[in-house]
Amino acid sequence: MENIIEIIVSSLTDQNIALIYILGMCPLIAISTSVKNAKGMGYAVIFVVTLTGIINWPIYMLLKSTNSTQISLLVFIITIAATVQFLEMFLAKFSPKLYNAFGIYLPLITVNCAVLAVSLFFVNRDYTFVETAAYSFSAGVGWMIAIVLLAGIRQKINKFSNLPRGLTGKAIAFIVLGILSLAFIGFTGLSFF
Amino acid sequence: MKLIRVKYTKWFNILRDGISRNNPIVVAVLGICSALAVSNKVENAIAMGLGVTFVIMASSLTISLIRNIIPQKVRMVTYMVVISTFTISVQAFLQAYFMQIADALGAYVGLIITNCIVMGRQEAFAAKNPVKYSIIDGFASGMGYTFVLVTVAAIREVLAFGTLLNMQVMAPTWERWVVMAMAPGGFFVLALLIWVVRELIHYYEKPEQTL
Repeated sequence: MENIIEIIVSSLTDQNIALIYILGMCPLIAISTSVKNAKGMGYAVIFVVTLTGIINWPIYMLLKSTNSTQISLLVFIITIAATVQFLEMFLAKFSPKLYNAFGIYLPLITVNCAVLAVSLFFVNRDYTFVETAAYSFSAGVGWMIAIVLLAGIRQKINKFSNLPRGLTGKAIAFIVLGILSLAFIGFTGLSFF
Repeated sequence: MKLIRVKYTKWFNILRDGISRNNPIVVAVLGICSALAVSNKVENAIAMGLGVTFVIMASSLTISLIRNIIPQKVRMVTYMVVISTFTISVQAFLQAYFMQIADALGAYVGLIITNCIVMGRQEAFAAKNPVKYSIIDGFASGMGYTFVLVTVAAIREVLAFGTLLNMQVMAPTWERWVVMAMAPGGFFVLALLIWVVRELIHYYEKPEQTL
């Protein structure tokens, strides 16, 4: 149990998948122009990351038992693409309201490196099933924290500051991300037990 | 005389666009994850850049060859399968011949699959153009990516370790900038690089409209 809490806390703070491991940057930069969109993307990522983490773990064990882990990359990416596709059809049919809210973000998630990275990390770290589920959920939440923080700051910057021409838009987003990342490194060494 | 005419050929234009005017990182801001995560040492950056270039060229070749028989609806999945096949071969190659670099890059080699540059070139170029231009386009995008990656890595490695390609370039008493080896250093260097290049090629983003 302590182990699980440690995984959750560290993946929210000093092991944050967006700010420390620098994953899922393309959507992070592209969609963080308003807090509202950032939240939508964040929820969609939490949902898909948790789901694919849970699905990929038994599949990886199956591959391991048949001694064919070389193709795990190929299998993971197909699982993710299939999950996203299935989720899209499922939501469109059974929950049109949720589908309208997630709609545009879902297809983008297939190429979000954070999703694939979570699957690769649990392999590298030899997590058990429960640990994998906890890790993938909290990694998603960590990603959402990063995108919402960035979106809030960018909104204020656009309203109140006068930037040099070449720095507008995406370049300033990187500087903000750098400062956020410095702040999150400050969490290193945090422990409860 | 011949040199002047080269400027107007199609392949020269594609090559120039990929490296400067349409540079995937600086102008389009794609493929950032790996660009930042592996750029703390020049040797890692070179390995990653060449790996990505190979994957883009090989998958552009394949997609361009079969572009007329891919059904429109499943094209994304087809790209994914082709790209991941080549990524796995890059991973196996690195593990076989450059074990040290493979260890340093870790999971990021596998993440070439989700590098938006690769997918973007398939969708935007290889799916519509003949084989020879697709290969040149893949090469140009890959080189544009590698160029940015190596520049960022060179700055970070000199400041963080005082070395360049593992050779000592700064005085041995050089105070190491530890933050440069970590994530924030990558963000700052890339932001400044984007700024400098955008001033040079006069490419400016329009200010975003906020609600």
